Amino acid sequence: MSQQQVTPEQSAQSSTLFINVGERTNVTGSAMFKRLILEDNYEQALDVARQQVENGAQIIDINMDEAMLDSEAAMVRFLNLIASEPDISRVPIMIDSSKWSVIEAGLKCVQGKPIVNSISLKEGEENFLAQAKLLKRYGAATVVMAFDEVGQADTEDRKYEICERSYKLLTEKIGFPPQDIIFDPNIFAVATGIEEHNNYAVDFINATRRIRQNLPHCHVSGGLSNVSFSFRGNNPVREAMHSVFLFHAIKAGMDMGIVNAGQLEVYDQIPSELKEAVEDVILNRNPEATDKLLELAPKYQGGGKASVKDNLEWRDLPVNKRLEHALVRGIMDFIEEDTEAARQAADKPLHVIEGPLMDGMNVVGDLFGEGKMFLPQVVKSARVMKKAVAYLNPYIEKEKEKGSTNGKILLATVKGDVHDIGKNIVGVVLQCNNFEIIDLGVMVPCAKILQVAKEQNVDMIGLSGLITPSLDEMVYVAKEMQRLNFDLPLLIGGATTSKAHTAVKIEENYQHPVVYVPNASRAVGVCQKLLSAESRAKYALELDADYQKVREQHAKKKPRTKPVSLDKARANKFTCDWHSYTPPTPNVMGVTPVSVDLDKLLDYIDWTPFFLTWSLAGRYPRILEDEVVGEEAKSLFSDAQHMLASLCKSKKLQAKGVVGIFPANSVDDDIEIYGSQQRDEVIHVAHHLRQQTEKPKGPNYCLSDFVAPKSSNKPDYLGAFAVTAGIGEDELAQAYIDDGDDYNGIMVKAVADRLAEAFAEYLHEKVRKELWGYVPNENLSNEELIREKYQGIRPAPGYAACPEHTEKQLIWDLLDAEQHTTMKLTESYAMWPGAAVSGFYFSHPDCRYFAVAKIQEDQLVDYAQRKQWDRLEAEKWLGPNL
Amino acid sequence: MSHINQHQALLAAAEKRILLLDGAMGTMIQAHSLEESDYRGDRFADWPSDVKGNNDLLVLTQPKIIYDIHCAYFEAGADIIETNTFNATSISMADYDMQSLAREINVEATKLAKKAANEFTQRNPDKPRFVAGVLGPTSRTASISPDVNDPGMRNVTFDELVEAYVEATHGLIEGGADLIMVETVFDTLNAKASVFAVQQVFEELNVSLPIMISGTITDASGRTLSGQTSEAFYYSMNHVDPFSFGLNCALGPDLLRQYVEEISNVSECLVSAHPNAGLPNEFGEYDLEADEMALHIDEWAKSGLLNIVGGCCGSTPEHIAAMAKAVSKYSPRKIPKRDVRMRLSGLEPFVL
Repeated sequence: MSQQQVTPEQSAQSSTLFINVGERTNVTGSAMFKRLILEDNYEQALDVARQQVENGAQIIDINMDEAMLDSEAAMVRFLNLIASEPDISRVPIMIDSSKWSVIEAGLKCVQGKPIVNSISLKEGEENFLAQAKLLKRYGAATVVMAFDEVGQADTEDRKYEICERSYKLLTEKIGFPPQDIIFDPNIFAVATGIEEHNNYAVDFINATRRIRQNLPHCHVSGGLSNVSFSFRGNNPVREAMHSVFLFHAIKAGMDMGIVNAGQLEVYDQIPSELKEAVEDVILNRNPEATDKLLELAPKYQGGGKASVKDNLEWRDLPVNKRLEHALVRGIMDFIEEDTEAARQAADKPLHVIEGPLMDGMNVVGDLFGEGKMFLPQVVKSARVMKKAVAYLNPYIEKEKEKGSTNGKILLATVKGDVHDIGKNIVGVVLQCNNFEIIDLGVMVPCAKILQVAKEQNVDMIGLSGLITPSLDEMVYVAKEMQRLNFDLPLLIGGATTSKAHTAVKIEENYQHPVVYVPNASRAVGVCQKLLSAESRAKYALELDADYQKVREQHAKKKPRTKPVSLDKARANKFTCDWHSYTPPTPNVMGVTPVSVDLDKLLDYIDWTPFFLTWSLAGRYPRILEDEVVGEEAKSLFSDAQHMLASLCKSKKLQAKGVVGIFPANSVDDDIEIYGSQQRDEVIHVAHHLRQQTEKPKGPNYCLSDFVAPKSSNKPDYLGAFAVTAGIGEDELAQAYIDDGDDYNGIMVKAVADRLAEAFAEYLHEKVRKELWGYVPNENLSNEELIREKYQGIRPAPGYAACPEHTEKQLIWDLLDAEQHTTMKLTESYAMWPGAAVSGFYFSHPDCRYFAVAKIQEDQLVDYAQRKQWDRLEAEKWLGPNL
Repeated sequence: MSHINQHQALLAAAEKRILLLDGAMGTMIQAHSLEESDYRGDRFADWPSDVKGNNDLLVLTQPKIIYDIHCAYFEAGADIIETNTFNATSISMADYDMQSLAREINVEATKLAKKAANEFTQRNPDKPRFVAGVLGPTSRTASISPDVNDPGMRNVTFDELVEAYVEATHGLIEGGADLIMVETVFDTLNAKASVFAVQQVFEELNVSLPIMISGTITDASGRTLSGQTSEAFYYSMNHVDPFSFGLNCALGPDLLRQYVEEISNVSECLVSAHPNAGLPNEFGEYDLEADEMALHIDEWAKSGLLNIVGGCCGSTPEHIAAMAKAVSKYSPRKIPKRDVRMRLSGLEPFVL
């Protein structure tokens, strides 16, 4: 038994030495991909490829062998399309076909060095060598099937002999590089009831071992799903078989394979009874093995991995293992009972935390680090942990003990910013790794951060922020830390932060380590390195060198396109024949408050970003069927639905908004907003920025271009809106967190964010159809809304088309937004509550989104004048565009 | 000298010292301020389309100018000069309706270069001189669509490229090239087609010449135009067992250094580099002076990055002479011994 345990080293090793080939872009293996190709839907077929790469496929297999297809043409078209998608074509391609002509057509389309799948001795030596010689000339590695003139190899000896013969022919006759040969010694189904099949897995494993030992530098691969073919429909058994087979085949030297990662149980997690039976079958350890597994199989039949929760076998484990199981699986049901049992068994209550609970969380941390658990699962594990700790706390306090932790980390969203979902996730992940977290929440002034850091004697400080002005606040914190002689490491994270900004703007202001942390999963590694003085010094040196490089690169970076003067850019403004254009007249003018029930918004939700919040990448709804994260995405989605249903019912979360449409005309880059249709009194002026790079083909856009110029004498209009679906979100989230349930604390905010975006979508539709009413008969699906297939835009201050945040104040003044919605603006112009959206409405049929990007000195001066700012003020707010 | 002896002489020289390539051809031709009628000469006086700018045509109409440029580079110390055939494929020549001349240009260009090489070798047999027959990238790309609205479209296929390169290679070999150089590669698929063609011709004629490959990193992104990193590009081309592998054009020595270093770290063959003389100024001229450029190259050689060095756009015999002087005090880069691994690539490298 102990011999078969995977030690952490072994599993880490095998994960780096075993290459999983993505197989979803294979018409013979994926019904969905086949349908897309047959329907000529190459756009979605590309998404399948992209998803595989995003999910970690290191090589993608492409197969177009289908009788109804012109396989050569399909292969060429798909490979050419992939070449234009750097997200996909960054990995090598496996060109897979049983037809040589298709393989050759594919080889003529890839610039990288691919793998061909496959060639063999099936049609004799001459043919085999002729093909291999061409492969060498095209520059490709190749899979060689254990197949000869007689047929496919089934026994260990035949497998080995054919591979050895192929190897000698290739290396000795035509000098084919041995390292570019990948043998596929055929994985066949076992436990079929036919006695001759019983040894097939053993044959494969032993042949693999002989190949790797005797044929230097070559590789061994195989298609895994065959082995469990006779248990079709019983996923738990199939998953266990795959896992056991791989465990032994990898040890024997299999280093590549086509494996559906969603169909793989963790070896250690297979129930022992099942593992034993499967091992008997795979290793052909006794003649009754098949019968035994058949007997056992129905017990595991059914809900796949979900059944593990209902299967209570783990309740028979010793208490420490029960705690571990509950933590890994995120099961709350028995945690107090098990914690109590552990407490009674322990000398001191604290030992339960430091012993079994921390051991369990270490397993979670390891699995997460190896990519075997996903973020939502980790957050659920933390929820179980917190509940256990909460149960123990009264006992611990009685004994006045203090626990030891890895270190104490202060986290805060900086002054002026209210966004905290990412920060909360980082906090949870760090807690899972036994760091003590002091979370000061949002909008925390620098002085408070530094004061608490001193008082609590923390080990490091982590700053978070989402909007661009927060970057300046972080720079300020770094400067203050330097001035006040702090020596704590400073961690930087959040959506607008970047390695470049950290290196160029922050790091140079503080002489102790400043680390940019791109996402939650990196946080643990970074914090651990910073803790011990020894590794910290080494890490600091690495960081210095790294940042130095980034700074040099940044200094060298030149604008990709040439800048033009503001005058020139204005001369190339977007324009249309204003003379013959009649702007639509709104049905309802002035300010209109809007309230809406949450359930009205559900149909308008765009779910894809929700999954991204939880670090699950992929487009909704396909993410639910994804082979790697699908299960987890489904469970997350169902939790979100429950949350939504309860919020709709309890009305503890509320949505409020306000919208207004006003007479307006543009004057250069400004938009004048008038008090009445007479247009004789300017009540407000909206200031916009213009693109300032050379545009040989299109115009240099500015949002004001989309409103009829004053000189045209055409009465035009400008709309504005502010909505929130976050009234009550902070209280709800805090209640969950106080209850130790960070998972739902994060969930409620993630859901509120989606509702706010949905509200903006809903309101925009209402504006187009009713209030402004320029397309009264529009009828679009949610998908079409998400893809913005309507007339008009709603750009938001702080984003690409109008990047300057202070213009939000204009929206607030125009709409009296605080009065109508209770939404506030912070000093950095972040909106509170965080689940909020505001912006302008433009109706012109040709208006579109664009990015202002870099502006030049002349526009800086011009804009400062228009806003009546001094230069310093202008530089502060336009910083990201300078 | 036979092919085999030439090859041995080349290897022996490369082992001893850093070899010098020539510099820019276009820059030198520009200095002559040739007019349409100069390009046409007598033979093409009545050619229906304009031919000014067809520099490769000059080997037929102004052979003396090209010959003198070759000699000037040998005079400056070049060991290997490049034939004036950058655009001499039927694909690129089609821009002047001169596709029918592709083979002839390759033959004559190589003969001209070879004549100069032989003369200098005779003058000083201790420093044998070599001619690299150049295969340029052509004016089309096999892995990039010319139409942004149709990313699957191509205006040239692998097979068409192979056909054009086969013809050009025949010309280079007939003219007497000592090496084949595939240079200024900005689309690796074009380059794969070119070496596919070269190997096919080698097999047909039963010869084998050393192949030099030199790619182009187009900007500070550190990638070729078709998107590969330099290491990925190396793995895409390594199957031809190149004589040398390196980078040229697009960047000056300051910006090119890091990518040459990357190749120097991974390449199991000789490493070559021929950077531009800086980046073009507002007037499209290159103004990195010879001594300045030599200062950079001095440091590269000192750091052990180089086996073969020369210049691309903007460089002159003066630059080559300065570089020759700079590198003479250093020994060439040692070829590293690397593990035997399967090295694949997409846009990025992948090693198992």
